[in-house]
Amino acid sequence: MDDGRPIFLQVAEQIENEVIEGSMPEGAQVPSINALAAFHRINPATALKGVTMLVDTGVLYKQRGIGMFVAAGARERLMAARRDNFRAEYIRPLLNEAAKLGINPVQLSDLIGKELQQ
Amino acid sequence: MSTTVEVSHLTKRFRGVTAVDDVSFTLQEGAIHGLLGRNGAGKTTLMQLLTGQEFATSGEISVLGSSPVENAAVLRNVCFIKESQKYPEDFKVKHVLKSAPWFFANWSQDFADSLVKDFDLPLDRKVKKLSRGQLSAVGVIVGLASRAPLTFFDEPYLGLDAVARHTFYDRLLADYAEHPRTVVLSTHLIDEVSNLLERVLVIDRGRILMDDTADALRATAVTVVGQHAGVEEFARNREVLARESIGGIASVTIAGLTDTERSQATAAGLELSPVSLQQLIVRRTGPMDATTEHTKENVA
Repeated sequence: MDDGRPIFLQVAEQIENEVIEGSMPEGAQVPSINALAAFHRINPATALKGVTMLVDTGVLYKQRGIGMFVAAGARERLMAARRDNFRAEYIRPLLNEAAKLGINPVQLSDLIGKELQQ
Repeated sequence: MSTTVEVSHLTKRFRGVTAVDDVSFTLQEGAIHGLLGRNGAGKTTLMQLLTGQEFATSGEISVLGSSPVENAAVLRNVCFIKESQKYPEDFKVKHVLKSAPWFFANWSQDFADSLVKDFDLPLDRKVKKLSRGQLSAVGVIVGLASRAPLTFFDEPYLGLDAVARHTFYDRLLADYAEHPRTVVLSTHLIDEVSNLLERVLVIDRGRILMDDTADALRATAVTVVGQHAGVEEFARNREVLARESIGGIASVTIAGLTDTERSQATAAGLELSPVSLQQLIVRRTGPMDATTEHTKENVA
């Protein structure tokens, strides 16, 4: 958990990451609120808030009395959303830093090409 | 939301000193609260008032529905763990744990026994022979095992090492999840506990300075770093909580930025960094002339 950003968002993001990476496949049961709170050493109300957000966005669904599960199609939807943000979150900062260091676009794409070959 | 504690216009004056100055607030039932503030801000006095250990000069206090003063029905459901609890001369640890159930309606002996093992506490040792850390462990055990619907921990872990403190946090969270109750945690180790807190009350010179959810407070401030002129330009007409500079670089902590303002700052080549709860409180309650004060908490 890092400082400054709301913890419930970080809890939600971490579950999203596990869904995207496949370690929490669709249909899998998500750890209980108390287990999440204990694992992250956070207030259970905060963990609940993070999980509730994922239920509201359709990533998880609730089965009363049993627990929370990863919804069908959640992985594809999350990946689509992350792709939409990719430019703003990764490309823009990369270009800004490159400009600051005097790396021109040709050199930048060279660098990317070299990195890919390794 | 129901409230466990309701305080209105509470004032406590000691000869010439106003320790608690016309404060009004509520504590939300079943939440873990942080009661934070500097030394002498009035935290302990406030907790003494709420637990009937001091008489208010003026104002109203309602704890679990009635006044706590000389009220056994309320007090057996309230536990107050103080930094410097006194025990009878010749009391051994086991005597403390044996007498605790007389005072707390929800006392759990099983939980107390398991905590004694967790903290590795010598039951047959006299309390006055305990180390500072062990003495704190006794308080922590009583506070947790009391399972009181309203539990106050006033700087409970003086002398406890990092391992023991984390044991305390873990046991508190686990037991709180099983047996929800209202907890008030007063401490200077804000960074360590900030993730455990649902609500935060900050008291400064006897007054309530902040009263909000921990999440909301976390989002209230941001530090803007960049070239001196650019930072000052951006900070103009905004509420500045702290200001530092080194060479041509300036760093300014600003209260409350909208998402648009954040993008403007980034577009202007300024860097934004989050402000932890501890930094926020240091900035809000510390001396304002902290122009070049590089506090160590940033490094730690």
